[in-house]
Amino acid sequence: MIKLLRYMRGHIKESILSPTFKLLEASFELFVPLVVAKIIDSGIGSGDTGYVIKMCLVLALLSFVGLAASVLGQLYAARASVGFASKIRHAMFSKIQSMPYSELDRIGTSTLITRMTSDIGQVQTGVNLTLRLILRAPFIVFGAMIMAFTVDAASASVFAVMIPALSVVVFGIMIISIPLYRKVQSSLDRVTLHTRENLTGVRILRGFCKEREETESFEKASDELKKCQKFVGRISALMNPVTYVIVNISVIYLIHIGALRVNSGYISRGELVAMYNYMTQILTELIKLANLIITVTKSAACAGRISSILEESPSERTSGYECVTSVDGKAPKVEFRNVSFKYDGNSENSLSDISFSVYPGETVGIIGATGSGKTTLVNLIPAFYECTDGEVLVDGKNVKELSLNSLRQKFGIVPQKAVLFRGTIRENLKFRDAEASDEEIMSAAKTAQAKSVIEGKKGALDGFVDQSGRNFSGGQRQRLTIARALVGDPDILILDDSSSALDYATDSALRSSLAELPYKHTTFIVSQRTSSIMGADRIIVLENGRAVGIGTHEELYQSCAAYREIHDLQFREKKKTQGAGAKSEGRGRHVYEQ
Amino acid sequence: MFMSNKERIPKNGSIPRLMKYIKPYTAGLVTSLILTFAAVTLTLFVPRLVGNAIDLIIGKGQVDFKGIARILLIIGSAVAVTALCQWLIGVINNRMTYGIVCRMRREAFAKLQELPVSYTDTNGYGVTLSRIIADVDTFSDGLLMGFTQLFTGVLTIIGTLIFMLVIDFKIALIVVVLTPASMLVSKFIASRTFRLFRAQAEAREELTAITDETISSEKTVKAFNVQERMTDKFDSANEKLSKCSVDATFYSSIVNPATRFLNGVIYALVALTGAISSMGGGITVGGVTCFLGYANQYTKPFNEISGVITEFQNALACAARIFELIDTPSEKDAYDRNDNIKTKSDSQRYGQVDIENVSFSYDKDRSLIENFNLHVKPGQKTAIVGPTGCGKTTLINLLMRFYDIDGGSIKIDGVDIRDMTRHELRKNYGMVLQETWIKEGTVAENIALGKKEADRDEIEAAARAVHADSFIKRLPDGYDTVIGEESGNLSQGQRQLISIARVMLCMPPILILDEATSSIDIRTEAMIQEAFDKLTQGRTSFVVAHRLTTVKNADIIIMMKDGHILETGKHEELLERGGAYAELYNSQFLHSES
Repeated sequence: MIKLLRYMRGHIKESILSPTFKLLEASFELFVPLVVAKIIDSGIGSGDTGYVIKMCLVLALLSFVGLAASVLGQLYAARASVGFASKIRHAMFSKIQSMPYSELDRIGTSTLITRMTSDIGQVQTGVNLTLRLILRAPFIVFGAMIMAFTVDAASASVFAVMIPALSVVVFGIMIISIPLYRKVQSSLDRVTLHTRENLTGVRILRGFCKEREETESFEKASDELKKCQKFVGRISALMNPVTYVIVNISVIYLIHIGALRVNSGYISRGELVAMYNYMTQILTELIKLANLIITVTKSAACAGRISSILEESPSERTSGYECVTSVDGKAPKVEFRNVSFKYDGNSENSLSDISFSVYPGETVGIIGATGSGKTTLVNLIPAFYECTDGEVLVDGKNVKELSLNSLRQKFGIVPQKAVLFRGTIRENLKFRDAEASDEEIMSAAKTAQAKSVIEGKKGALDGFVDQSGRNFSGGQRQRLTIARALVGDPDILILDDSSSALDYATDSALRSSLAELPYKHTTFIVSQRTSSIMGADRIIVLENGRAVGIGTHEELYQSCAAYREIHDLQFREKKKTQGAGAKSEGRGRHVYEQ
Repeated sequence: MFMSNKERIPKNGSIPRLMKYIKPYTAGLVTSLILTFAAVTLTLFVPRLVGNAIDLIIGKGQVDFKGIARILLIIGSAVAVTALCQWLIGVINNRMTYGIVCRMRREAFAKLQELPVSYTDTNGYGVTLSRIIADVDTFSDGLLMGFTQLFTGVLTIIGTLIFMLVIDFKIALIVVVLTPASMLVSKFIASRTFRLFRAQAEAREELTAITDETISSEKTVKAFNVQERMTDKFDSANEKLSKCSVDATFYSSIVNPATRFLNGVIYALVALTGAISSMGGGITVGGVTCFLGYANQYTKPFNEISGVITEFQNALACAARIFELIDTPSEKDAYDRNDNIKTKSDSQRYGQVDIENVSFSYDKDRSLIENFNLHVKPGQKTAIVGPTGCGKTTLINLLMRFYDIDGGSIKIDGVDIRDMTRHELRKNYGMVLQETWIKEGTVAENIALGKKEADRDEIEAAARAVHADSFIKRLPDGYDTVIGEESGNLSQGQRQLISIARVMLCMPPILILDEATSSIDIRTEAMIQEAFDKLTQGRTSFVVAHRLTTVKNADIIIMMKDGHILETGKHEELLERGGAYAELYNSQFLHSES
């Protein structure tokens, strides 16, 4: 948590100036009783009206100087706390950007979002209050104690007992409640998750008429939150009364001992009153502090949750060799050597002992049952996950040794889930290559069969994309994500079942136009359809994480029972309808392959 | 002026709304007020008691120990009672605040369940999420502060006012007349800062939207290596929020110093008039000292109150945004209508669907579906095919009544779907969508989404029917494995299998399968198809699929394009015709020859 303080860098000036000005203001406040004493002693005592007026002007002046100091203090506090929060937010965001896939799987999205938003907000408030008000309290508490000791050490000894007792109470309550506030925050996470789920799954939930049930379970979660809040509230509500009691017991003791001291003539009555005043000054300050400490405690708990991400979560490595494309074109582009992979928390391997080589410009098809490890396999190539055993090589280098940045630059990836980002279509399509011209974008879009999608939008490339691309249909999104992967001519293209939302005609048009591209990229196609991959140079058939067949369509059809079955299932009806379809087949071919 | 009036509308409108939420806590509120009254009176009384004790300590040898002991005893008990009151106040206020906030969150969430699906489609998740989470949080902070500090402040003011009036009527009048000045200042600043807070909230909303979108699609971001670009986008929104925050925080924190300055001036005036009056023999020196003490105590709560008011401004701005969500018109449901057309909700439905002259469009400027007619007899299997974006998914949106048609009618068993409640309507459907959605929970819970009372045997039977049983058993905890939207250990196809198992368990009369098997491998699909065939027997079903093999045995195939029906008929008839369908059908086999 303390480690978060380094994000204060750059705001050191503000974070020193702010409390300094606030202390200055406090000191001016401490002068006021002295001036009033002067008015009473010298002014009223001697009947000097001019002196009284002069001193009252001094009072007004003190207020004015106090105002100036305070405004500056607030300004610097605002700047420092906002700057601090903004830096942390940036650091958090960058951290999340650098997390490996496995860490994103482990932590989960909704808690990351709460931490990014609500937690950082709390920390900002906490820092702001600390700078403005919290530092003032020890200054006044200890200042008052020192003053009391200069008056009479024997009577002031009560301060020496009271202040540690107060510290124990204040910090004790803080220490007890910090973990409780953390619990509050994690039940808030549940509430967030619930809300999010209901936004993302609205169709399914409505379709199953789950509105009432969802509301009930949300109410349970929010009741849990309420319970946590109330419990911790009850504990922190102790702060005020307990400090009040301690200070007043001290007052009683002070009057008692003071009475004895005055009776024996060690101190005057006025001096006793002065000491009493110091004590009330401490109390006033503490009451203010107690009101704030809750906020600060909360923000400390939030800071802990933030720093646990910033400090503990692993980042992807940033170092490594540059990825250099070999010139001769004979070395394998991608090579798997006895690769196995297991997801964290899973008991079984998702991929076992996979070996194959792919040469530049080749197309590899990956086919297999749901859950057989197809996506996992392609995720290992750009090192989104690192294999648990064996080696994955790109351009002859183990991907674990390559710089991720230079490695991933090579890829054009079309993920299974077609998401776009808020902004213009152009911005979305420039993901791979920020410098791409409109012509390049449009030619990629043409290949991806997305030209009509773009042209159909108001503003074409300037057309607006909503959050996650909700204003496009599934198929439109998919075509745009394919175009996105093609912009800037990637070295290696990965299509992860990317034609599942496309109809056959679009899919086959896509494949023909990919084949016609002037440059040759090494392509990986994950698919359920043999028709999508049968033209591939090499097909890998996966079953339960094992490669049960590697070869061309013809080879596999002969030797691999699993492959033959998949293919036959798909083409069974074709044979049956051969006669009926023959006429239009030629036409279809003409249309889509011209 | 005009602007500021407009800005203030939500603020003023929010207060009576809040009262409604506070109402159930009237008893708590009254108790809290009474306790606050007691605590404040006693707190003000203690210094007087101390003063009395000090009066008994005159000098060396002139101390009335017996009298002091009696007074100290009273102080002790007063302090004990005050402390108890303070603690109770804290507890009660906590209870009220969190209770109100909890209710508000529940209402907002319940609203979410009533909003039309188009609301979620058009508004970002981030915005709604930020309202239900962050805004409610900020509101609760403001409300708590309001409860605890506002009462104490107001009562302290009244208490000290009485004490002052008792001491000197004329000087008290000066204080009373001048104090509103500081209130005017704080009000002036507060009205200015409300706008700034709103701007801050908007900037925060924007940032939350970016955060939400990026983090929930983090894997795509990483796949394209655009972490930096996303960070830049985030940074500029972050910067904007920083600017708004510095302004809002700074200007709102000026209230305190400004009122404190005015109070300092009032203090000086009291000192001046008091001293002059004292010189003329008006009041005693002790009176002046005492008066100044009270004058200080009288003005201090004004500081606090103004602080609370700014905090409250912020809270109200948030409340206004929450109310805005709560006030968004709900979907009109059948029972909202005046004419009570009784549907045969209890009797068995048969599944006849009549779509007559339906027109619909999302965007009023661009028509989508026009004059759409379709009649489906009970038990018929209807397949809808066509190129991407032809309106297939839209048709399902209309059947499920996620969106309401603009013209024409949709009837189920002769009853217009607008004449039944959405629940009645949707209970008839089992729906599997292309975009799978998994609820955070166990696999078993996810399968039993539509039938909560299902036992484990039924769940496993449903999973077996869709061939999901084997992969589920291989998960770390089998059917009790916790899965969620972000869990990386399920493939897209496995998620889809779970979605299908959900429907298998419910056995509704009408099935809607929107690309239900798009991510499932062909072999598993063929097996599921058998299960579907069994399921769809005697049931009306609508099937959208790209893989035409899955639709060829449909009773009617509808070929759609641009919202119109191009062709209808059986598979063989359509192939015979050699039109668009035949073309599409044959395109899927193209690559087998190339």
